Amino acid sequence: MQVKKIEDYIWEIPVTEKEGMRVPARIIASEKIMKEMDQGVYNQITNVACLPGIQNYAYCMPDGHWGYGFPIGGVAAFDLKEGVISPGGIGFDINCGVRSVRTNLTFEELKPKLNELMDTLYRLIPAGVGCTGFVKLNTERFKELMVKGVDWCIQNGYGWEEDRERIEQGGRIQGANPEKVSQKSISRGVDQLGTLGSGNHYLEVQVAQTDRIFYPEAAKVFGIDRPNQIFVMIHCGSRGFGHQIATDYLRVFTEAMRKYSIRVLDKELACAPYNSPEGQDYYGAMVCAANSAFANRQVILHRVREAFSQVFHKDPKDLGMHIVYDVAHNIAKLEEHLVNGEKKKVLVHRKGATRSFGPGHPDVPEFYRPIGQPVIVGGSMETASYLLVGSQRAMELTMGSTLHGSGRTMSREAAKRKVKGYDLKKSMEERGIVVRAVSMPGLAEEAGIAYKDISEVVDAVDCAGISRKVVELRPIGNIKG
Amino acid sequence: MLHQIVTMPNFKFLEDIAIADAAFEAYGDTLEELFESCALATFEVMVDTKNVKPEQKEEILIKDLNLDDLLFDFISELVYLKDTHKVFFSKFDLHINKNEEYELDSTAWGEKIDYKKQEIRRDVKAITYHMLEVKKMDKGWKAQVILDT
Repeated sequence: MQVKKIEDYIWEIPVTEKEGMRVPARIIASEKIMKEMDQGVYNQITNVACLPGIQNYAYCMPDGHWGYGFPIGGVAAFDLKEGVISPGGIGFDINCGVRSVRTNLTFEELKPKLNELMDTLYRLIPAGVGCTGFVKLNTERFKELMVKGVDWCIQNGYGWEEDRERIEQGGRIQGANPEKVSQKSISRGVDQLGTLGSGNHYLEVQVAQTDRIFYPEAAKVFGIDRPNQIFVMIHCGSRGFGHQIATDYLRVFTEAMRKYSIRVLDKELACAPYNSPEGQDYYGAMVCAANSAFANRQVILHRVREAFSQVFHKDPKDLGMHIVYDVAHNIAKLEEHLVNGEKKKVLVHRKGATRSFGPGHPDVPEFYRPIGQPVIVGGSMETASYLLVGSQRAMELTMGSTLHGSGRTMSREAAKRKVKGYDLKKSMEERGIVVRAVSMPGLAEEAGIAYKDISEVVDAVDCAGISRKVVELRPIGNIKG
Repeated sequence: MLHQIVTMPNFKFLEDIAIADAAFEAYGDTLEELFESCALATFEVMVDTKNVKPEQKEEILIKDLNLDDLLFDFISELVYLKDTHKVFFSKFDLHINKNEEYELDSTAWGEKIDYKKQEIRRDVKAITYHMLEVKKMDKGWKAQVILDT
């Protein structure tokens, strides 16, 4: 496949490369990342470029890899009249995302109590296959939660008033329609609120490295005000509730495509016009899952605050446990972007990609507006994670989007052959990372060797200018589902 | 003469496609055997199924116009039952009839999820349609499946 270099860090696959492409595909990457990018990405991103109503380009971020439907790292915006909505552009784990939380503690203060803290977190936050949460919901309360998201949590004592403004879209996206959610989705998700799940989901205790602050002014706004400060990162999504909604609507859309005479190159790209009854139903259900994912991370944060409070015998407010931000990286959202030089409302799908709105954008909380929206990039459990900020360049170049993580390069089976869970746990502990894992094979599957070098992918977006590095976060404690 | 059909679930994991997820190829002399292999492979991603006792059962009935959708719905139903009933399945008995539609009638046996007793690996979120294929071969059947994990 012909790939043209447009400028440093921007690569383009022209529409002539595949029959049916409506727009070119663009990949943000360094030369090295491009060379190592798996071939599935080229095929999948050009499939996305064929979808009806796509605007500007089909984008892939530097952490991109072969997924299903969209590649992981894929971004595409669609016209609201002519365009489609596709569960394959969002993923089964609707609003999988990351939340970052600061504390007043330094590494030196926490170090003697790290094991006790990890045990307490592990006890309070359920993880793994089949785990259930402590919040008891019935269908009626669950439906209320789907509409209200984080507001529901705050009203029920699982959050602080200030939390909502530190979450993308206030933790409550408008347009949720619980009537379009199946009974199966409800029964699958009703007992899972406040649980991590498994796979690559985790809860991590981290150190904001004093010697790895790249943008001091922004670090200060994030609340970094002491050396080697302790942070917490929560990575998870909407659990079985979202998985079932995506499954249900994939089937609906398989039928709808016949009705609307839409053809796609991968059945996983099953879609319906956004403006059709089927498209609107899925949007309403998808928002329910997105709001429940914000609520899931909120209830987990509530438990994290409890754990810190128990271990350090202080109120979480005195421990300064403020949310820095919470981002969704599997979602479709209604946003305004430049299309052919004019502002237009479009439906942006981000699958394994993060919003990266620049300074001054009205959707960025006022206190972050001078620096841009915080972007949270979770690394593999052995390597660093990063906080960045969005940029005006992202608004111009990638419809306000950037990367989400480091990106996998090795299958889980191959990772397990290379490293055993117990050996990995021991080796991580020797390097100062305390691990509490529900599943040892599951731990081995997530070994750092299975991922791209996160500093390379983060540098690629920083150099491309679609977000700016603020600080590196080094893991010292990890809870794995 | 009475023939006893001995089913031997048969599958292999594929590592070079959709690397973040779980891909497998499954085989069967009959369509039933193929579906059984797919079901077992799905649970093998989550747990060592050898240690899952077939002590509780669920009935599954599905109708679909084509075999891809039938397999998608069958695996989706098993994943749904895993989450709602907190159970892993390790043994399947199924029959597929073709009338106007394909009709699948299955009993799945399994055991409650228990981290103390079972070697649990990772969750399966869903079956995807990406590269999903059920194919009749010269001898028997073959399917390709990618699971989101």
